[in-house]
Amino acid sequence: MQHKVIETSDVVIRFAGDSGDGMQLTGSLFANMSAVYGNGLSTFPDYPSEIRAPKGTVGGVSGFQVHIGRTKVNTPGDFCDMLVAMNPAALKANAKWVKRNAMILVNEDAFDEQGLAKAGFTGNPFEELHIEDRNILVAPIAKLTEDSLKDSGMDRASIQKCKNMFTLGMACFIYSRPLEYAYQYIENKFRKKHPEMIAPNRKVITDGYNYAANIQAVPDTYSVEPIDPVKGVYRNMTGNQAIAWGFIAASEKAHLPLFCGSYPITPATAILEELALHKNLNVKTMQTEDEIAGICTAIGASFAGNLAITTTSGPGLSLKSEAMGLAVMTELPLVVVDVQRSGPCTGMPTKTEQADLSQALYGRNGESPMVVVAAHSPSHCFDMAFMAAKIALEHMTPVILLSEGFLGNGSEPWLIPSMNDYPEIKPRFAKEKEGPFQPFERDGRTFSREWAVPGRVGYEHRVGGLEKNHAGVLSNDPDNHEMMVRERAEKVQRVALDIPELKVVGPEEGEILLVGWGGTYGHLLTALDDMKKEGQEVSSAHFDFINPLPANTAEVFSHFKKIIVCELNTGQFANYLRGRLPQFEYLQCNKIQGQNFLIKDIVKAIKNA
Amino acid sequence: MAKYTFKDFKSDQEVRWCPGCGDHAILAALQRVLPKVCEEKGIDKEKVVVISGIGCSSRLPYYMNTYGFHSIHGRATAIATGLKVANPELCVWQATGDGDSLAIGGNHFIHAIRRNVDLNIMLFNNRIYGMTKGQYSPTSKFGAITKTSPYGTVEEPFNPGSLVIGAKGTFFARGMDADLALNQDIMLQASRHHGTSIMEFLTNCVIFNNGVHSEVTDRETRADRTVVLHHGEKMIFGKEQNKGLVLDGMKLKVVTIGENGVTEDDILTHDAHADNIGLHMMLADMKYPEYPLALGVIRDVDAPTYEEEVANQLEQVKEHSKVHTVDELLHSGSTWTIE
Repeated sequence: MQHKVIETSDVVIRFAGDSGDGMQLTGSLFANMSAVYGNGLSTFPDYPSEIRAPKGTVGGVSGFQVHIGRTKVNTPGDFCDMLVAMNPAALKANAKWVKRNAMILVNEDAFDEQGLAKAGFTGNPFEELHIEDRNILVAPIAKLTEDSLKDSGMDRASIQKCKNMFTLGMACFIYSRPLEYAYQYIENKFRKKHPEMIAPNRKVITDGYNYAANIQAVPDTYSVEPIDPVKGVYRNMTGNQAIAWGFIAASEKAHLPLFCGSYPITPATAILEELALHKNLNVKTMQTEDEIAGICTAIGASFAGNLAITTTSGPGLSLKSEAMGLAVMTELPLVVVDVQRSGPCTGMPTKTEQADLSQALYGRNGESPMVVVAAHSPSHCFDMAFMAAKIALEHMTPVILLSEGFLGNGSEPWLIPSMNDYPEIKPRFAKEKEGPFQPFERDGRTFSREWAVPGRVGYEHRVGGLEKNHAGVLSNDPDNHEMMVRERAEKVQRVALDIPELKVVGPEEGEILLVGWGGTYGHLLTALDDMKKEGQEVSSAHFDFINPLPANTAEVFSHFKKIIVCELNTGQFANYLRGRLPQFEYLQCNKIQGQNFLIKDIVKAIKNA
Repeated sequence: MAKYTFKDFKSDQEVRWCPGCGDHAILAALQRVLPKVCEEKGIDKEKVVVISGIGCSSRLPYYMNTYGFHSIHGRATAIATGLKVANPELCVWQATGDGDSLAIGGNHFIHAIRRNVDLNIMLFNNRIYGMTKGQYSPTSKFGAITKTSPYGTVEEPFNPGSLVIGAKGTFFARGMDADLALNQDIMLQASRHHGTSIMEFLTNCVIFNNGVHSEVTDRETRADRTVVLHHGEKMIFGKEQNKGLVLDGMKLKVVTIGENGVTEDDILTHDAHADNIGLHMMLADMKYPEYPLALGVIRDVDAPTYEEEVANQLEQVKEHSKVHTVDELLHSGSTWTIE
C-alpha cells in the first residue's frame, strides 16, 4: 500500500524496555543514523539504578530518548511522538511521556497475562493508563524475530536478543531512515570477533523494516529532512567523554602530562574509564582506594608538575572537601569535576540535579574560595574541561567543574574542531630570579603565585595546609592571615579578567531575562523559541562561569525588568546572586524531581512572572 | 666523598618539638643519611621530597631543606603516591605517626603497600596522640589510660609490623629513637629498597606517654630485650651475645648458646629477602618479655613498583597506538561527514 509521508520539523522517539532488551543500543543506533543523515540531534538515556531489577517490573525499565530535527535541537525533548514499549512495564513507566497524538509501538508477545501482572495491570493496560485513544501499533515482535531468524542456526535465546534490531527496522521505516548506516554498524561491530552475526542482524533489521512497510497499521510515515546542516566532520559525544577529551586537549596545549586520580561513582565513572583508554596521549590514571585518595593523588601529581584532575559525583565531592581546602591553601592547580546527581547523600544516583552548587561554592572549612564553572551541553563539556584546566594552570587555583548526569550521559553530534582553534595554555612556572624562592609571592595582575616543581635546582620550598606568609614560612600573625585570606579570594575574583563576558540570547533589554546555568541551557532556549512563537520576546543569559561571575553580569541584568533564575534545585544560584548582586530582585523557577525541566515548566514561570 | 653534608638538609626553620621528644633523633638520622642516599643514587638534593600528614611527626618537612609538603591528616601516603607516579625520578620520604597512618590514614597506608609504590615511609610510633595532647592511638596498649580512656582502653592495638607484613608489604624495619646508627642503617636500606618501605621508629613522647617504650629501649636492658636483625646473620642477642632464636615446631623460641647442647649453628639465620611471610610475621610479632623485640630490617623483598608498571604500560600503549595528537584523537573511531 502507499503510505503518506508527512514532513515534520522534529520528532521525539522513546525506546523503552527491560534492562536486558537492548533499548540503549537501539536508541543510540537510531540517533547515530539520524546524525549521519544530517539531522539535529539530542539524546538522553534513562537507566534504572539497579543493574538487573526483576525482569518485567517497572523498576527494571530502561529507556533511551532521541530527539531529531531538521536543524539543531536543544533538548532531548519532553514528550514523545513515538513510544516503543517492549513490555507492559515499559509502557507503564513511560505512558506519561506520550503526546496526545503519539504512536505507541508495543511488543505484543510480552503483553501476556504474566507480563501484565508483573507490571501491575489488572485489565486492558491502555485503558488503565488512559492512553487508549493514541495510535497504538501492536506487533508480535518476539515471534516475528523468531520467524526472521529461524534458519539462522542461532539458539532461541540469541534470537530473542535480536528483538531490538527488529524494532529498529520498524522505526527506520516509520521515520524514513535509510538502513545503510545500520548495516554498516553491524558490519563494524561483528566483523572481527563474530562475523557469523552479521548476516542474521542485517536480516532481522531488514525484516523489521519490511514488516512495518507491509502492515496496514502504519498509516503514515514521517520525514525529518535536514535543512542546511553545517558542513564538516562530526562525531557523537557524551558529556563524560567530552570532559575526558577536553582535559587531554588541555594537557597537549599546556605541554604537561595529564594525571587523573579517581574512584568509581555514578554518573562520573565514564570519565575515568575514558581517560584510562588514552595512555597513548600521556594520560596517567589511578583508580584509587577511595574518593579522598583520588583528590590527594591528584594534588601530589600537581605538586610534581602535572595537569592534575579528579572526577566524582555528589557524595564524592563531600569526601574531597578537606583536600580541596588543601589545594586552596597550597594554591596548586587542580580541577575537580563533579557530575551532579540527585541528592542529598546517595539520593537518586542515576537521576540528574543541580543541587551541588552551594557545596561547590562554600563546602569547605574556613575562607576557602574556589573557581566554579559549569558545562551546559554534552559537547560543551569539552570546552569547559579545557577552560577549567587553563584557569587552574594559569591562575594557580583549584577549579570545580560542574557537570550533571543529564549532560554526562546525554549525547549530541559535535562538529569536530581543530586544535589550532584552541589557545595555548601557559602554566605559571617560576621565572628565574635571584634570591630564595618566595612561594606565595603574587603576580600583580592575577594575584596568582608561581609554580616551582620538585627537581628544579634552587627552588626548594615547603607547602602545606598551615597558614604561611609570602616567603612560605609558617605564620600565626593575625594581620598576615587576614591578608592571605583576602589575597586568595582576590585571586579567584581576578579570574574574571580572563573569562568571556556573559552573552544574552534574544533582545538585550526587555521585560524578562531568564537566567540559568549548566544543563538547562537547551531547555531555556527552547522556551524562548516557544514564547516567540506565541508573540512574546523573552531573553536569556546562561552562566558557564559562576565564581567569579563574568564582569558584565550586573550590566546585563540592569536592562531587564524581571529576572527569573531557573535551576534544578531549590534556588542555590538565585541565593548566590542575591549575595553577589543584591541590587536586583530574583524570581525563581525550580524543579527537584531528578529530571530536567519540561519546556512548559519554564513557560509557566515566564507567564506567572 | 659525598656532595652534601647533613647541614645541606637542615632548613632555617626553628625545630619546635618538645625538648627530649624522640622525633629529634629521627630527623637527625634522616639529615645524616640523605647525603649518602644522594651519593648512592647519583641524584641531587632537589630530587628529594619530604611529605607528611598531620601530627607532631608531620612537622618534619619544615625542618628539611628540600621540597616538602605538609598535607592533611592521614593523606600523606596518597599525596606521596600521586607525586611518585607523576615523577618516578623523585626520591620520596614520608613522615607519619601512629594516628596519621594507622587510624585516619589506614586505608591509604595499606593500599600504598599493596601497590608497592617506591616510598620511604617513616612511621613515628609513640603510641599516643601528642599534638592533640594525649588521647589513645591505634597502637596504644590494651588498657592504656589516656585523656579519652580514663578507665583504660578496651581495644587491642595494631602492631604496624604485622599489618605491613600481613598485607605482603615488601619492606618492614623497626628502629628506636635512641639508636641513631641503627636508624640511619634502616633508612639507607629503605632507600635502596624497590617499593614501599615502612620504617617503624619507636619514639618517646616525653609529655603524654613518657617511657612507653622504655622496657625495650633503656640502655641498661636493651641488649637483652631486643634483637637486631641483619640479613644473612644469625639471630643472636643479649649482653653476652649468647642468646638466640630457634624454631620450635611452629613457634619461635629463645635459647641460650651453650645450654642444653645448643650451639651457634642451631640459631636461625635471618633471611630478609624470603618471599614467604611466615617467619617475618613471627619476628615482627615478637614481644617482650616472652621474646626480644625485633629491630632492624625484618623484611626486604624485591618486587616491581607501581609507578614503574604505570610508566611501562604507558610506553607500551604509546608504541602500539596510531593516535599521537588530540586532533587525531578527535577524528578517531566513528565519525561522519556532512557535505
